[in-house]
Amino acid sequence: MHKLRLLLAICLLGISCAQAAIDPELLKPLADDDSDRRIAAILALVEAAPEEAQPVLKAMAEDSLALAGERVVILGEGGRVFDAASKRELTPPPAGVETIGINNRVRRELASALAALRLFSAERAVRWQAAQEVNQNADAKMLPLLERALAAEQDAAIRARLQLARAQASLGSSDADVRLDAVRTLGESSDPRVRQLLLPLTQKQGDDWLEPDSAVRAAAGTSIRSIEQRLAWADNLGRAFTGLSLGSILLLAALGLAITYGVMGVINMAHGELLMVGAYSAWAMQSVFRAHLPGALDWYLLAAIPVGFLSAALVGVLMERIVIRHLYGRPLETLLATWGISLFLMQVARTLFGAQNVEVANPGWMAGGVELLPNLLLPWNRIIIVAFSIAVLVAMWAILNLSRLGMFVRAVTQNRPMAGCVGVPTGRIDTLAFGLGAGIAGLGGVALSQIANVGPDMGQGYIVDSFMVVVLGGVGQLAGAVWAALGLGVFTKFLEGWTGAVVAKIVVLVLIIVFIQKRPQGLFALKGRFVES
Amino acid sequence: MVRRNFMKTISAVAVTAAFGLNSFAAMAAETIKVGVLHSLSGTMAISETALKETVLMAIAEINSKGGVLGKKLEPVVVDPASNWPLFAEKARQLLSKDKVAVVFGCWTSVSRKSVLPVFKELNGLLFYPVQYEGEELEYNVFYTGAAPNQQAIPAVEYLMSKDGGEAKRFVLLGTDYVYPRTTNKILRAFLKSKGVADADIMEEYTPFGHSDYQTIIAKIKKFSSEGKKTAVVSTINGDSNVPFYKELGNAGIKATEVPVVAFSVGEEELRGVDTKPLVGHLASWNYFMSLKNPQNEQFTKMYRAWAVKQKLPNADRAVTNDPMEATYIGVNMWKQAVEKAKSTDVDKVIAAMAGQTFKAPSGFTIKMDETNHHLHKPVFIGEIKADGQFTVVWKTPGPVRAQPWSPFIPGNEQRKDRPEGR
Repeated sequence: MHKLRLLLAICLLGISCAQAAIDPELLKPLADDDSDRRIAAILALVEAAPEEAQPVLKAMAEDSLALAGERVVILGEGGRVFDAASKRELTPPPAGVETIGINNRVRRELASALAALRLFSAERAVRWQAAQEVNQNADAKMLPLLERALAAEQDAAIRARLQLARAQASLGSSDADVRLDAVRTLGESSDPRVRQLLLPLTQKQGDDWLEPDSAVRAAAGTSIRSIEQRLAWADNLGRAFTGLSLGSILLLAALGLAITYGVMGVINMAHGELLMVGAYSAWAMQSVFRAHLPGALDWYLLAAIPVGFLSAALVGVLMERIVIRHLYGRPLETLLATWGISLFLMQVARTLFGAQNVEVANPGWMAGGVELLPNLLLPWNRIIIVAFSIAVLVAMWAILNLSRLGMFVRAVTQNRPMAGCVGVPTGRIDTLAFGLGAGIAGLGGVALSQIANVGPDMGQGYIVDSFMVVVLGGVGQLAGAVWAALGLGVFTKFLEGWTGAVVAKIVVLVLIIVFIQKRPQGLFALKGRFVES
Repeated sequence: MVRRNFMKTISAVAVTAAFGLNSFAAMAAETIKVGVLHSLSGTMAISETALKETVLMAIAEINSKGGVLGKKLEPVVVDPASNWPLFAEKARQLLSKDKVAVVFGCWTSVSRKSVLPVFKELNGLLFYPVQYEGEELEYNVFYTGAAPNQQAIPAVEYLMSKDGGEAKRFVLLGTDYVYPRTTNKILRAFLKSKGVADADIMEEYTPFGHSDYQTIIAKIKKFSSEGKKTAVVSTINGDSNVPFYKELGNAGIKATEVPVVAFSVGEEELRGVDTKPLVGHLASWNYFMSLKNPQNEQFTKMYRAWAVKQKLPNADRAVTNDPMEATYIGVNMWKQAVEKAKSTDVDKVIAAMAGQTFKAPSGFTIKMDETNHHLHKPVFIGEIKADGQFTVVWKTPGPVRAQPWSPFIPGNEQRKDRPEGR
């Protein structure tokens, strides 16, 4: 009933009335306590003044509509206050302004009223968005509106969306041909909601089919099957992507260890704390940008990449110079010493930054996601982290295989005395290689700061995963770590979808133990210093 | 900057040490020791650190007004580090070594369960300030948080109401331990009594500190697209909430389509999250910082001033929340009971607690039940706003009496509404 009146109002929109102030009496019930009366007020407002209503409704949806005494006002930027009826600024701003809070039900009505109004916007992007939104809740009452919008719409892509919406709306039509048409059109959709709409058409209630026409029934069956095929596709694609994303995170966490443990053979229990150093650098850069460059806050992450690398590398070099270099060839002592370093670093972080987690916000360009299909949305932060891990991997491969340093590292790993004999400064190479591994761990930490919590103990959660990846992949091998990380990620995610997170974790750990027993050298075996000794 | 902080910390440590010595020199008999047992590190630190601050603030306030029975209160702060067995160890230390008169502490039910035997054995007194699953009534504990009928049940009733979106399908999502499991058992029985089929309820658990919510969000999306209006009831605890809400925002699950109502997420937990994509998701509590009344104004102002004075991180954006209010009520009620009993003796204080009232920041005069060790509390349901605060969209007309033994769990009919033993 309400919606009908709304539609009527919108249908009249073409013959737009002259720009005028809204009657304040229409605005007052927007602040009512009762949701029903408020929704009625929204519809009445749209009906009376469709053009002028838009900014008011938008303000209401954004929590910036307020009540100043008896007057409804819109709160603007920087404490400015506008009269909602006349849109004039009120100077000085009135005292005792109280925001009009809304609940989800009112918010939903607001969204659909705004979407309906926006279907007739002059801008293509706005109409595109609005067409998307009406698809969410198209029903028979919206039919006249959709027809009108379709008649006016020129853009093919928007038309296609509107046609889908119209098909949804005309499923309840009394004309079997119209229904048949609608059902066939909806077969093109890949929205799980549409399947839900079609399902009743193929079902029986008691002895009667819910859909009397057998042709429509058959078409509905075909449409449901083709939608389901697409849905299953998107489901598996989504699962593979989450696996890839988890794999890339595991890889970022483990890559540094693949150098320090994998290539150099140092059992580095403080690896998790190197990740933490990287993550705290991201937080520090965020604080610096917030204090000094608030305009460029969104780009703090780019600055955090070199800072994270360098600070973790510095910590790594210090660790190597002061402690680890005295312990080469004594794995047990190294393990204990690095564990001590890990406790030490955690306590330092606790003293410097507090025991509580610090807040690292995603920059604006990492929020949201790309919607490939209605049931497949890939979040930007995940996509960017996958890309970042590939970039780090390529850079590391290049350093190890193309640079002089990389050549020396490989030489020292393969045959230390011989490398020393031909003039490779083995001691310095060890330090640099350890620093490189630590720096890469720092980069991993920067990436982790975007999806996980940043706190003094964060490293503890990754140390097991990191060792798991490196050992599973085969000590001394980059390619092994890559395959192990991706394999673990995808496997865990498929398992989680099936058994739940708690059981999945247990199963993965048990399988790894079994695997390492059967094949202690990991997926790929390569000779390194550690293996030789 | 880092160095300056470091120096500051060093000097702070030195000052504390000096103070500690001073108070020791001033003789222990002149003070009443009060234990503070909250995790200051680990996964629960996000929630519990603020509670420690609240206890210290309330103690400072009481001391500035002359203390209790003419003696100053002296806080003894320990850090059980989100490690459940360590809670028991620290509780024993507080009770037998420091000889505290009362302990304010615990957040997770698993930590409370782990300290219970210690409090029973040594006849200690614990004030537990967090909403929990009920199914417990101990002589040595006062529960100043909500029982299920003061939080969970009203929230689900709201979701099923017209204003709440008339949800017909429910995802019960939680961290894997006793509170979420029991609450979800109660909710399942409640939903069944309302005619919701088992097929329309999905239960999911994650380990503590879980940080990858992709699969679960995808499952929720799928579940909600299978027809009927869906709502999510989250009992996720601790810092897992940050990745959960981040993922929720990024996945584009809007509150108008699939509302998420949380029982362990308040203003404090949301500080680490960008709340703009979360507008409209809900939380159910007995207090919100955005409530407008003189007591709350005083409470929030006092905490802000305290945060600035203590140089807490992000003090300029310090927030208050429900467990903090419950802690504040607890400290003050304990003080009133001690004054009534004219002693800090545990048995006398427990007897004096019955029927205590306090004008709470929730705007109501809160009463400690005469028998069941729980508070009578009002229930509020709030929607998250873009600034991380909550708008109250529903509330009870007045305080509600707690039912620690939920009527939705079979066998509870015979339970007595008073602690057994003693």
